[in-house]
Amino acid sequence: MFEKITLAAEAATEAATEASSKGDELSIGDAAITAIFGYAVVFFGLIILMAVLYCTGAYFKSKDEKAKKAAEAAKKSEPAAVEPAPAAEQKLAPGSAGHVKLFDVPDKEAAMIMAIVADKMQTPLNELHFISIKEVK
Amino acid sequence: MDILETLETLWNGSGFKSLFTGDGWKNIIMIAVSCVLLYLGIKKKFEPLLLVGIAFGCLLVNLSYFVGGDTADALYHLDLWDHFLDESHPDYHSYGAIMSHGGLLDILYIGVKAGVYPSLIFMGVGAMTDFGPLISNPKSLLLGAAAQMGVFMAFFGAVCLGFTGQEAASIGIIGGADGPTAIFLTTKLAPHLLGAIAIAAYSYMALIPLIQPFFMNLLTTEKERKIKMEQARTVSKTEKIIFPILVAMFVILLLPSTAPLVGCLMLGNLWRECGVTERLSDTVQNALMNIVTVFLGISVGATTAADRFLSPETIKIIVLGLAAFCFSTIGGLLVGKLMCKLSGGKINPLIGSAGVSAVPMAARVSQMEGQKANPSNFLLMHAMGPNVAGVIGSAIAAGFLLAVFK
Repeated sequence: MFEKITLAAEAATEAATEASSKGDELSIGDAAITAIFGYAVVFFGLIILMAVLYCTGAYFKSKDEKAKKAAEAAKKSEPAAVEPAPAAEQKLAPGSAGHVKLFDVPDKEAAMIMAIVADKMQTPLNELHFISIKEVK
Repeated sequence: MDILETLETLWNGSGFKSLFTGDGWKNIIMIAVSCVLLYLGIKKKFEPLLLVGIAFGCLLVNLSYFVGGDTADALYHLDLWDHFLDESHPDYHSYGAIMSHGGLLDILYIGVKAGVYPSLIFMGVGAMTDFGPLISNPKSLLLGAAAQMGVFMAFFGAVCLGFTGQEAASIGIIGGADGPTAIFLTTKLAPHLLGAIAIAAYSYMALIPLIQPFFMNLLTTEKERKIKMEQARTVSKTEKIIFPILVAMFVILLLPSTAPLVGCLMLGNLWRECGVTERLSDTVQNALMNIVTVFLGISVGATTAADRFLSPETIKIIVLGLAAFCFSTIGGLLVGKLMCKLSGGKINPLIGSAGVSAVPMAARVSQMEGQKANPSNFLLMHAMGPNVAGVIGSAIAAGFLLAVFK
């Protein structure tokens, strides 16, 4: 299989380099081989890159999970802190669809984001329920 | 002082005389073309940052360079660059001759000829690009590869229309929808076609919102366009820092001819992501990018001298360029559809068309078409993955063509 690919590569490169070194026109057959081979090279290159990205991604995911588990374990071992009243118990504003949790996002920016989303979706804001807004760093 | 003689001398040296004698009519046509390009850039906002410069460069060269006329004061000299490329001429590959005899645009053009400007533009693009969507969804790379179909279809079409392999490769790369890559490759392989190819590439990039929706609606069903995609995972800072280093190592080792483009793209991105070179990142994104854009636009425009530009080849290039864009869109969409089927309907095929590397225009078109089908659909970040993959894909395609035809 690999030999066949190598032979096709050599044929395409030879055909193209011969034509270009002579400075004359490339034959249609040679052009077709070069085009197919070129397209295959682009795919090959990006597929290998994809595999590399999957590998690094898997490594970082597992690392994140380990860190999460360690954090959870550390949290469990600490004495329970006084938690604020759950969101459901807080009083809702009239017409509101619920509370939204904000992580590192100021109230003004959150309001703006919610207004933009509602506008883009062409849906009244009070019909949308935002669960949380978190800044991705 | 003989006033009549002085007037005659002034008249004989003026461009007005050259315009109305010999092949001067060709310059008049090119001046009209440059005005149309200026209109498209300014009024219609077709890639104005580059097209206005290109159009004005075209105007300047056609006001100052007349074939058969006095070219001493010309801003750009075709004959000098012909000598530069002629192996039998004493000025072969002599930048010194260009510096001593050339005009302003000849000197600026050295940056194009040496491949400096496109690489620096890529550095700026790298510093402005967030590869996060691609890192979080590496499958996007397949769409970026698929959308290079137009490059090779146009290459094949160009050979069928009688272009040489080097010319066909330069024409084909228009389908990569990546201006700097097209300029870089054309300068290396077919510099005489640079003006037409650059204008075609930037004009069609500006026309993406008009070209792509037709094929998007033709090749996808309403149900497919409505597909909502799951939110991609968050990418850590370390991953973003490692990415440009990995890509540079891998792609340059695979195709060393991509080193100037991919190397600069990834260096710019590393400056952006590493967090300790904010000043550099800011400079390449803004000041350097703007300065290079000024030089690149005007000097590429200078290659559109009437004598070379007004030929049947230019019309063929314009047609092949359009075909390249269409096939690239089709390639991305077809692989998008395939991925949609294989993933059990989790991938919206509209993001496939963003595989052409016109960043972020193509991704925006995917977003707009997705929202037309389903107002609650947000495809932008998903489409940015294939979009930036297309930048790498077109650089690989250019590297392949350069390796084969140089």
